[in-house]
Amino acid sequence: MTPAALSGGFSDTSVQAARAFRAALDAMARPGKVVALAGATPPAPLSVAAGVLVLTLVDTTTPLYLAPSHDTKAVRDWITFHTGAPFVEPAAASFALGNWSSLLPLDRFSIGSAEYPDRAATLIVELASLAAPTARISGPGIAVQAGLALPEVAAFAENHALYPLGLDFFFTADDRLAALPRSTRVEAA
Amino acid sequence: MQRSHDPAAGAPTERQAWMGLLARAPSARLAALMPADLPQARLLRGPEVGAVMVRGRIGGTGAPFNLGEMTVTRCTLQLASGEVGHAHVQGRGLAHAQHAALVDALLQGPRAEAIRSAVLAPLAAEEAAQRLARADRAAATKVEFFTLVRGEDQ
Amino acid sequence: MYVAVKGGERAIDAAHAWLAEERRGDQAVPELSVPQIREQLKLAVNRVMAEGSLYDPDLAALAIKQARGDLIEAVFLIRAYRTTLPRLGGSVPVDTGAMACIRRISATFKDAPGGQVLGPTFDYTHRLLDFALLAEAAPATPSAPAEGSATAPAVVPHITEFLNRDGLIETQPVSDAPAPDLTRTPMELPASRALRLQALTRGDEGFVLGMAYSTQRGYGRTHAFVGELRIGMVAVELAIPELGFAVEIGEIELSECETVNQFTGSKTEPAQFTRGYGLVFGQSERKAISMSLMDRALRWRELGEDDSGAPAQNEEFVLMHADNIQATGFLEHIKLPHYVDFQSELELVRRLRRAALAGAGGQDHA
Repeated sequence: MTPAALSGGFSDTSVQAARAFRAALDAMARPGKVVALAGATPPAPLSVAAGVLVLTLVDTTTPLYLAPSHDTKAVRDWITFHTGAPFVEPAAASFALGNWSSLLPLDRFSIGSAEYPDRAATLIVELASLAAPTARISGPGIAVQAGLALPEVAAFAENHALYPLGLDFFFTADDRLAALPRSTRVEAA
Repeated sequence: MQRSHDPAAGAPTERQAWMGLLARAPSARLAALMPADLPQARLLRGPEVGAVMVRGRIGGTGAPFNLGEMTVTRCTLQLASGEVGHAHVQGRGLAHAQHAALVDALLQGPRAEAIRSAVLAPLAAEEAAQRLARADRAAATKVEFFTLVRGEDQ
Repeated sequence: MYVAVKGGERAIDAAHAWLAEERRGDQAVPELSVPQIREQLKLAVNRVMAEGSLYDPDLAALAIKQARGDLIEAVFLIRAYRTTLPRLGGSVPVDTGAMACIRRISATFKDAPGGQVLGPTFDYTHRLLDFALLAEAAPATPSAPAEGSATAPAVVPHITEFLNRDGLIETQPVSDAPAPDLTRTPMELPASRALRLQALTRGDEGFVLGMAYSTQRGYGRTHAFVGELRIGMVAVELAIPELGFAVEIGEIELSECETVNQFTGSKTEPAQFTRGYGLVFGQSERKAISMSLMDRALRWRELGEDDSGAPAQNEEFVLMHADNIQATGFLEHIKLPHYVDFQSELELVRRLRRAALAGAGGQDHA
C-alpha cells in the first residue's frame, strides 16, 4: 500500500463525516436537490463527492462492489485504508460504486426483502455532470415536480415499480451530489 | 493447537511481534521509554478511539460467534523520511497509539537497532517477568484431589 | 400511545443536583477513585463489561462510580457509550486453548493433564465475614506470594480434547462462517447457536443464572458436569486490511466453561456426551457456568431431544428476556408520566361502572 493511499481522508473525521451525512440525507430526502460535498481528495477516477460519500457511509460492516470503471488498485487501497470495507460481488453488496454502464445490469443487486426492505443495495453512480436535468421526477420529498440529470429513464421507472423494495441511488459529479430513492417516480423530461 | 495466525505464514513476523508487544505494553511504561529526540511525524489517520468486536469460537474450537466489543485506539503516521507507522492498541490511550505508531515507523528506518534495544528489549523483558510471576502464583494453587474409597465399596 | 409531557425543568435540575450529592455521600469519608473501583471491585467491573458488552475496565469502573453502584444502571451507561464508537473491525476468533490460565478446574477429571489450578477463588472459603477488613487503615499485610514451580506461563489444552480422542463426546464442527451480530441486525428466531451465545454472554447474570438453575431442578434437565472451567488472559488479534496481516491489539481476561452432558443417543447416533459452552468477559465464572448450561438446554432440537415445555428450552423466552437493558427500559418506563393513557382507562372504567350500575338498578325495579 503506497503512502498516496493513506492520505486524502478526512482530517477531522467526526465533524466532516457529520456534515457530509447531513448533506447526503438532505439529497436523499429531497430528490433532485444538488448539494456540495467536501473534505476528501480521493484518487482518480473517484470524484470528490463519491470519495466523501464512501468515507461517510461505508465501513467494515458494509460490503462494497466496485464496478470495473472504478476497480483500480489505487481506489481499492484508498477505500481499504480509510474505511476497511470488504469488496464483494454485486449480489452481496450494500453499496456499489461505478459509472452507469459498468454498474449495469441492475438486477444483480439486492432489492431487499418484504421483511427487511432496508437490506437493498445503494448505488453510487458517477456521472460527468449533474447540471442539465434530463428527467422529470415526482413523489415524496418533492413539492410538485423536479428535474434530475439521469443517465436514462427506463431503469429508474422499473426500479420505482418494485417499491417498497428496490435500489436507492446517489449520483456524483466532481464535488456535487444528488439522489434518487426508490420512492421517486421518474419520467422522461 | 490451532493458532490464529495464518498457518501458511507460520510464526508471526518480526513486525507482527513488535506491534503486539507495543500494543500490550502499559501505556505509561511505553511513554517513559520513548526516545527524547523524536522526529517530526505527519498524522495520516487518528489517533482515534473505536471498538473492535471480539469473537470467540463455539466450544473453543468451532464456528465463530460475537463475544462483545473492546475499546481500541488506532493511529497511522508518516515520518519525514517516508516510513509509515501503524498502531492498533487496546483501550482509549491516544498517546499510547501515537507512541506505538512512532516506534513502528522508527523500527523500519535507520534507527531500528537503537530503538530495539531502548524500547522493545525492556518491554519484552518486563512482560515476560510479569507473565512468569503470574504463572508461578497460579502454580502455587495447583491441587491434587484424592477420591476416598468408601466402606460399602470394599 | 405516548403523549409528550412538558415542564418540571427546575425540579429535574434540583433532583439531579441532589443525585450528584448523594453519589458523593458523606464528605467526611474520602472519595472513591475510579482506579480504586477498577482494582478493588474488580468482579463488579467484570460484570459491567460482560453485560455492557464492552471490554474496558476503566470505563466500567467509571460507570459504576457514576451509577452509585447500581450495576444495571452502569451497564446502561456503557451500552450508551459504545454506540458512539466507530466499529474498527472484528477480531480473529480468540484462541482459548492458548489462554494463560490463572484458574483451571475440572469436576470430571481429577487428574486432568496440566493439573487443577484453583487460582484466586471464593471456593473453599468459609463465607465468614472478615472483620479485619472492617478496621480502618488496617496495615496491608504483604504476605509473601506462595511460590509455585512455574518456569513458563501455563498453557494447557482443553480437557474435552481428551474425551474427543475416544469419540466419547461430540466433536465441534470447525468453520469460519461469519457470525451473526445482534448489535447490527435484529435477532431473528430461530436463532443459530452463535447468535444464542452472543445473547447469553451479554445477558443479565441473574436471569441466566436463574434459568440455568431451573434446568438443574428438572425444568429441561441436561445432567451437566463442569468438564472444564478456565480463567485467564488471551490475546486479541485484529486483521489490519491495509497491512495485509493480523496483529495483536491487546489481551483480555476471559472465563470459559465447557459442560459435559449426558446424551443417551438417538436412532442415528450412538450414546455419547454432548457439550454446552460458556465464554464471558472477565472473571465471571458463575455467568460462564450458567451460560454453558443454557447453551446446552437450548440445543434440544438439534440433538433430537424432547421439548418438555420448560422455559429453559424455549429459545424465544430465554433470548428475548435475557437483556437487562431492554428489560429495565421497558419495565421502568411505566413509572414515567402516562397521564393520557391512564385518563382513557379511567373513562372506560367509569363508563363500564355506569352501565353496570344502571343495569343492576333496572333489574331491581323489574
